[in-house]
Formats: sequence, C-alpha cells, structure tokens
Amino acid sequence: MQTIFDLSVSGRRASTIPQAGVEENEPAIPSHLLRKTPPALPEVSERDLVQHYTRLSQKNWAIDVGAYPLGSCTMKYNPKINEQIASLPGLRNLHPWQNEADAQGALAMLWEMERALAEITGMKRVTFQPAAGAHGELTGLLIMRAFHQSNGDPRKTVLIPDSAHGTNPASVRLAGYQVRQVPSDDRGLVDLAALEDALDETIVGIMLTNPNTLGLFEKDIEKIAKAMHSVGGLLYFDGANLNAIMGKVRPGDMGFDIVHMNLHKTFSTPHGGGGPGAGPVAVTERLERFLPAPMVEFDESSCNYFWDPDRPDSIGRIHGFHGNFGIVARAYAYYRALGGEGLKKVSERAVLNANYLRTIIESKYPLAHPGLCMHEFVSTARRFKKLGVRGMDVAKRLIDLGFHPPTVYFPLVVEESLMIEPTETESKQTLDALGKALLQISDEAESEPDLLHSAPTTTPVGRLDEARAARQLRLRWTPELAKELTG
Amino acid sequence: MDYTPHTQEDIDQMLRTIGVSTVEDLFREVPEGLRLGRDLDLAKPLTEMEVMDQVASLARKNRSVEELKCFAGGGAYEHYIPAPVRHLAYRAEFATSYTPYQPELSQGVLGALFEFQTMVCELTGMEVSNASLYDGASSLVEAVNLAAGMTGRSRVVVSEAINPNYREVMETFGAGPGYEFVTASASDGVTRLQGLDQAACVIVGQPNFFGMIENLPAIAEKAHEAGALLIVHFDPLSAGVLETPGALGADVVTGEGQSLGNELMFGGPYLGLFATKTEHVRRVPGRITGATLDSNGQPGFVLTLQAREQHIRREKANSNVCTNQTLMAIVATVYLSWLGPQGLKELGETCLARTRYAAQLLSSVSGCSLRFEGPFFKEFVLQVPGRSAEVARQLADRGYLVGPSLERFDGLENCILVAVTETRTAEDIEGLAKVLAEVVA
Ligand SMILES: Cc1ncc(COP(=O)(O)O)c(C=O)c1O
Repeated sequence: MQTIFDLSVSGRRASTIPQAGVEENEPAIPSHLLRKTPPALPEVSERDLVQHYTRLSQKNWAIDVGAYPLGSCTMKYNPKINEQIASLPGLRNLHPWQNEADAQGALAMLWEMERALAEITGMKRVTFQPAAGAHGELTGLLIMRAFHQSNGDPRKTVLIPDSAHGTNPASVRLAGYQVRQVPSDDRGLVDLAALEDALDETIVGIMLTNPNTLGLFEKDIEKIAKAMHSVGGLLYFDGANLNAIMGKVRPGDMGFDIVHMNLHKTFSTPHGGGGPGAGPVAVTERLERFLPAPMVEFDESSCNYFWDPDRPDSIGRIHGFHGNFGIVARAYAYYRALGGEGLKKVSERAVLNANYLRTIIESKYPLAHPGLCMHEFVSTARRFKKLGVRGMDVAKRLIDLGFHPPTVYFPLVVEESLMIEPTETESKQTLDALGKALLQISDEAESEPDLLHSAPTTTPVGRLDEARAARQLRLRWTPELAKELTG
Repeated sequence: MDYTPHTQEDIDQMLRTIGVSTVEDLFREVPEGLRLGRDLDLAKPLTEMEVMDQVASLARKNRSVEELKCFAGGGAYEHYIPAPVRHLAYRAEFATSYTPYQPELSQGVLGALFEFQTMVCELTGMEVSNASLYDGASSLVEAVNLAAGMTGRSRVVVSEAINPNYREVMETFGAGPGYEFVTASASDGVTRLQGLDQAACVIVGQPNFFGMIENLPAIAEKAHEAGALLIVHFDPLSAGVLETPGALGADVVTGEGQSLGNELMFGGPYLGLFATKTEHVRRVPGRITGATLDSNGQPGFVLTLQAREQHIRREKANSNVCTNQTLMAIVATVYLSWLGPQGLKELGETCLARTRYAAQLLSSVSGCSLRFEGPFFKEFVLQVPGRSAEVARQLADRGYLVGPSLERFDGLENCILVAVTETRTAEDIEGLAKVLAEVVA
C-alpha cells in the first residue's frame, strides 16, 4: 500500500505561494512560540500528487462505479447537475459572516427548501444547522428536553426499539437521558404491550424509524402516538428511511413531533466516502420556539430574507455557522428537478425495486419477517451457518461478482442479517443481475463454501485482519511503519 | 426529471413477479387513514436546464467574495484553492462512495484518511487523530466530553477569545451532560485564566478568535496544575509558522479545517479536526483508520477501534457521530500534500506579513486603531469610529468584505475583525485603507 509519504523526496514540491510583497517587519512573535521543526508533510511534485490520488481513488467502490445496495444508507445515484450547482461562484464563495443583504439568494433557497421539507414531513418549521442524521437526533432530543423543562417537568427516559440504529441510543445518552429498549414483536414491529407497559410520566418520548430498520411500516403508529402523547411524551422520527414514503404518508400525520432527514440519503447528495451529510430537523408548531437560533425569516414589506437570532426559548446554536449549506444546495437542486410528483415517484419505485429483488431471492435468503417490504428488506443468511458460511462471507463473495454488499449484521435483532436497499435508481436489469449473483452464492455456499471464505479475490487487498488493527494500533504513517508494511 | 430508469414494461413485469397488480398495492401496510391522499403541495418538476437557471438566478442574488474583496475571517477564510485539489478530491470514486464499511472496496478513502490522520498529527503535534468531525464547533464539543470523561469533572473554562458561535454550540450541547461553563476574560486580547478550581478543561484558541497568539506554555502550566486538560483550538494553516499546540502542552487539539482547501460555502460543509495523545485514544470520538494486514499478509487499511463507536456500543458510546466530513478531510489531505512543509511555511509567512502590513495601514486611518497590542497571525481587531456594523456595511457597499463586527463583545462595541490571507495583495490592502478612510471620514 503506497502512501503519499512513501513518494516524498526532500526538496520536491507542488505548491507555488505568493511572496509577501510588502515591507518586511521584524517578526513580532516570541521565539518560543515559533515552530522549530517543520511538519513532516509529504514533498511531492504536482505530477506525483495527481497520480497518487487518482490511483488511490481507483481502489474505491462508488455509486458512479456500480450498484450499492447498502441497507439503511439509500445509496441512490447522485445527479451531476447538483455538483455543477454547488460550484456556482455565488454559492461556493459566500462567506458565512456576510450580511443578509448580500446573501439574499442563499437565504431565499433555505426559505424555499424549508417550506418544501415541512410539506414533505407534515411539520411546521425546519432548521438546517444539523450536519448529519446523528447531529439532528441530538438536536431533536435537546428540543424534547427544552419542551419538558418549559413545562417544569424534567423527565428521564427515552424509549428506543431494539431494531434502532446505534446513533439513537448514543444520542439519548448525550442528551442526558437514559435509554429503555422496547422489544420488537414477532411481526418485527414495536411490541405494543411492552410499549404500554413502559409508559408513564417519566418518559421523555420515543425515537422511531418508520419504515423501521427491518423495512417494515410500523402500522400501529397511530396507537403508539396516542399512547405516548397521553402521558405527555413526544415522538421523534428518525428520517433515515424517508425514501420509502415521500408523497405517500407524512410523519406529521402519523403523530410525530420531531423529524430529522438525511439529505445525503433521500435527497441524493454524494456521501463523500463517509460525509458530509445534512440532517435538517423539522418540528411541529408547539415545538417551533425551541429550534436552534438563528432561523431564516422573510419580511413581506421589504421583500427581504433575514436571520432572526431573537429566539428566547431556543436550545441555542448547534453548528458553527449555518450547517452544511453546500449539501442543502445540492438537495435543493434535486428537489426542484423532481418536484412533488418526482419525489412521490421516487418512493414508489424504491419500494417497487426492493419488493422485486426480495421476491427474486426470497427462496434462498428468507426474510426475517416475510411479506411485503417498503424500500428495503432484511434477509437472513442463518441457513448457511450449518455449512460454516456466515453473512459476511456472502457479502465478500458478492464483491467478486461485481456488487457492493448489503449492510451486514445490522439490525441487531436479526441473526446473520443482510439488509438490502436497492434504491429507485437501479434498473430492472441491475436487480436481475444482483439477484442472480445472490442466488449463485447461495448455491456456492453448499457446493464450494471455500469460494466464499476466501473472497474477495478481485479487490486491491484481500480480507483484512480487523482484530490485528485494533490490537496493534497503527493510526498514522511513520518511516518504521513503512518498512513494516512493505516488508 | 427523477433519475429513475423504469419503463412501463419494466414496472408491469416487476409487479407480476411480485404478485401484486399495482404499485399502490405495495403500500398496503400503510393504514388507509394515514395516507396523504393528495399531491404534495410542491413545485412542479423541472428540466435540468431549468434547474440550473433557477439556482443560478438565486446564486446571482448573492454578492460573494467573487465580487467583494474578502478581508472577513472569524473562523472561515478565503484561501487560494489549487486546481489539483478540486480535481482529485472530488473524483466521483471518492465523492460518491459511502462510509468504508467494506474495506476491500474502500482502500482509496481509507488510504486517504490514514494520510489525513498522519498530517493532522504533524500539524497539531499530537499522536492520534480521528477521521474528522462536523466542524470546528463540534470538535470542541467532543473535546469537552473527552475531558469530562477523563477527569470526572463538569466545569469547563472557555476563553472569551473562542469563536462566540462555538461557545454557544458548546453550551447548547452542555445542557445534556449538565456542564458548568466559566468564561475566562480576554479583555487584553489574550486569555486571562480564572475559575480553574475543579475544572475538567481549559479551552483557548491559537491564534484565538481575535487573531492573537496566546502564550500557551503558561496557560498549559496553570491548567495542568489545576488538574484540568488543556484543549487548544488552532488554525491548521498557522502550523508552518507557529509551534504546535502539542509541543506547548495541549492535551487535545481541535481545529476548523475549512482553510485547508475547502470552499467558504456559506459556512459548510467544513471540517472538524480532532487530535490528542495516545493515552486518550479509546475516548476519541468518531471514526479512526488503522493499518493492518490482509489474508495474504499484504498491508491495507480498515476502520479500527470500532468498539468505541455508536454502532457497537450504542448508549455507552463516547460519541453519537456516524456520518462525518470525510470528503473535506480528503480535500485537506490533497491540499496539504500540494503545500508540503515548505509551502505551508511560506503561506504562513505571507499571511503574517500581509496581515501586519494591513494592520499598520488600517490603524493609521484617522479615528481607527488596533484594539490589542501583541502578536497576531492572519487576523486582528480594528477599532473604528462609530458603529462597527455600519462601517462594515458601508465597506461592503464599496466592495470590501470585513468582519465579523464584534459589537456583541463587551468592550469591543466599535470593533471589527479583519483577516488577511495570501489572496489579498498589497494593492487590495491599500485599496481597503483608502475606502476605510472615506467611510469613517
Ligand atoms: C436508521 C438510521 N438512523 C440514523 C443514522 C445516522 O445518520 P448519519 O450517519 O447521517 O448521522 C443512520 C445512518 O446510517 C441510519 O441508518
């Protein structure tokens, strides 16, 4: 594995830096605060730089390279126009401290996008400060906290289904609350009896994903909402799975009070190898006053947009500036391209694709909870266990057959889970090919399990020793490590 | 325009295979009474060309630093972004990939992150770095959590000369764990420590929000005497000129990596930097990349120490972060490779010299003065006659962006931040001085 440091040759460089070109002053910085040893950054030519990062990029799978049916991640195609839009000088060269008068276009975009997201979710107002889903979760929980405190009613415990994503319980603890897990029943849905059992006046609220992480619609949601509201608790909607329901059913109409969206999933913005995202949070009218300050407002008399910092009940700011504006701008372009009609079509076709793939492979990869799914489904590879084949082996073999694997081992409630989300942008032909590959692997698990154990063989590296990585920490390049790695 | 590939024939065949007759049937688990039953009240679909027109017309309503000469700072800076940076970091293989959960398919992103972590260690003088957080503010929030966890204390001493937005963010998220925030005054432009008793940590900037260079060794000594960790929020582009916070006693170094090749973009996506000592590695938030060997004994990279993280530890995780700012970290990695040690040093020296030149010229405008004595890096506080926000407004009308205006700070009611990077020439600086003289006359 060559790193940029391995290419470094003392005295080589790519950069050209303008000289100060002004009258030199004596350095006024005390010498003990000046750097003595320069940082060991790589010394490379521009040509080396380009070759290294081009080659590195070629060692990476990406949605532009092929299908990416990673459950819960909504790896849909990322339209190219969105990138062109994000590089418009009027957007990318806008400074965050600029006066509103000079940022009217940006504020108008946020204002319009806020209205659109409020309509899609059935909420009243939206903040764009959260930079990702988990950031939105914590924001939402702090809004719950502010709400209960404003009622002089400090509460303690947030309910979370056992199928929930790990960020949900982690966010709960950071908000200063305790987690109480609610089991799923044999339908794969929230166990209503267990939920009602857990409900009392100490409950802050519940965080739900709907459809849930099993790809199933929580059809008791109205009952859940009623029961929760009757003890004064709130409902938080983890919007990771919004791609299943746009234009069909809205969190607000289901009874949710707070919603976060993952624009880097549902709204097609590129995931950047792990980020950036954007996790706007929407709330109902009664929670509006707790949203982070400032909010974008519109003054009808002057036809001007402005930041309103004057929000006495706000939980406060949660981002250094206005959130991941560049991501919101891409999502805005996506929304304008699709309009209301297109968004509905997206959800319909996401659900169609998932059900089609499910049907093709179900005989070999039974669902944890058989029946129709929404935009994703969770199969189990449990069947192969007696053959000595694990879900991860299936995943790695799929790589050799030309696909990115599904999400493995999440949700935790299903043994040997394979969580598959094809998204609406994959064609029937791709789904057929993916289904065929999975069926082939199922046969191979019986006839040639070693093929699965030794996979992948077509990638730049073979299966990596994660236990070793955690035991012998090598978290940065050093000359010694270079020797160790190159042998 | 909806980017779906389905023909009517595809749809019919797929429905037949599934065994339902309409797409609507697929939604039958959604209770009838809940369904929207109307169209979303949203805009009509547009062609790609119309989308471009629409957004471009909004973008034209902004007066960006394309049009204004940028002397604004306060945590976001106009630095030159070299061509290879955008070209390489935004390659679709990086940009359109997900988190590297399948390392065999992700050696590109993981390799770049490994390099990134190494470079952050070099800039900060620390031993371990993570693979990024949301922004400078979120890095500080996580640093406070680390310090509180380490010390079992809940008092947080924050310098007044930390970005006021960041201070607010720390306080917002401090509501959960119930931290007590104490502000250490910086009325002379640099931090005067107080309230250290039982403090979990002390937070100062280097350079600080006013552009001033703090005497870190003295601060570190006091913090450590009180049993507190020292958290230094630094400007990574100062690292060619200023001694590393690590070498001067910091326990955790955070930073805003926007200046490392990332666009201004109205405040985000930016790049939270986070580095610390090896002894704290198991308390580090977010993803970390490590080197290991594959089944053939060949080296490769994986996400490691995942047992710290939310997807394994759930409510016991030390952070909830999942999606981070990886692409901005890759931008920074390519940018720092482009700069090299010599480029970083020259860049720092150019910023320093031009900032000093600007300070000299602007403070000699009648009625204007430097608010603080002492060394600064690429930014300084200018006192102006009259309302600073109004002066800034008039400068913007005449094509010069300065700020932010500091009227919300006690004692700085007539003050403005002025930042000078390598993108501002001597001519720009002289132009600003001339216009400032007109505005305050
Ligand atoms: C169900 C669910 N909830 C929350 C999250 C967290 O979102 P983010 O990664 O944007 O922080 C994810 C992301 O993978 C998710 O799948």
